Amino acid sequence: MAKSTVKKMLFILSKATIENVYAAFIMANGARMEGIEAEIFFTFFGLEAIQKKKLEHLHVATVGNPAMHIPTMLGGLPGMEAFATKMMKKEMEKLDMPPVGEFLEILSDSGVKLWACKLAIDMFHLEKEDLIDEIDDILTIGDFYSRANSDNTHLLFI
Amino acid sequence: MENIKRNEEGYLNDFSQWTKEVGNEIAKEQEIEMSDLHWQVIDYLQGKYKGEEALSIRGIKKSGVINIKEFYDLFPGGPLKKSTMIAGIPKPKSCI
Repeated sequence: MAKSTVKKMLFILSKATIENVYAAFIMANGARMEGIEAEIFFTFFGLEAIQKKKLEHLHVATVGNPAMHIPTMLGGLPGMEAFATKMMKKEMEKLDMPPVGEFLEILSDSGVKLWACKLAIDMFHLEKEDLIDEIDDILTIGDFYSRANSDNTHLLFI
Repeated sequence: MENIKRNEEGYLNDFSQWTKEVGNEIAKEQEIEMSDLHWQVIDYLQGKYKGEEALSIRGIKKSGVINIKEFYDLFPGGPLKKSTMIAGIPKPKSCI
């Protein structure tokens, strides 16, 4: 069997819309399942995905998202985001995709390193206590780059 | 082992050819030494396969046989891929 040449995948998650969060999670989990190391650096709005109070309330964007195929005016109506999110979560559950909190536990148990961005933490006035327990540490971007300092490592910005 | 038909990745073509000895041989190729807990996982996977249920890492978490950390420890470097090969069942197609 051919050995994979990709050794490590580093993801930078900067957004909190459901589709972006799940993209990062599924790719990180997929990497571990292939025997590839994986780490996620949560920055800016990506921090919403690791805040205890917010992580189960992430939404899909119905405005400014042409792929939703609904008029922008309608997408902005009250309740539209919640409705679209509910529909999407239902479809995800059918495929046995775990909710955000459970997914984070799975990632952590699978050996995915989870990092929070120091600058964004300071900017949003967050404390370590606001974050889920699975977070490995709060890092600067310099710290994170040093984790990329090995062969066959790829960085992906989401 | 010579009569056992396997695909190019090493998975058994036909589950009915699987025996514990075959599982042991494949495990050796993967440099995995099988313990009781390994076999319990194999048994769980085969049960799911026979019941035509899809395998996923979330399923492992809920299995009651093993937790995810142990799963990675027992089958290092791609646990579901390796364990299904040892179990003689097809490689899971799921992305999760």
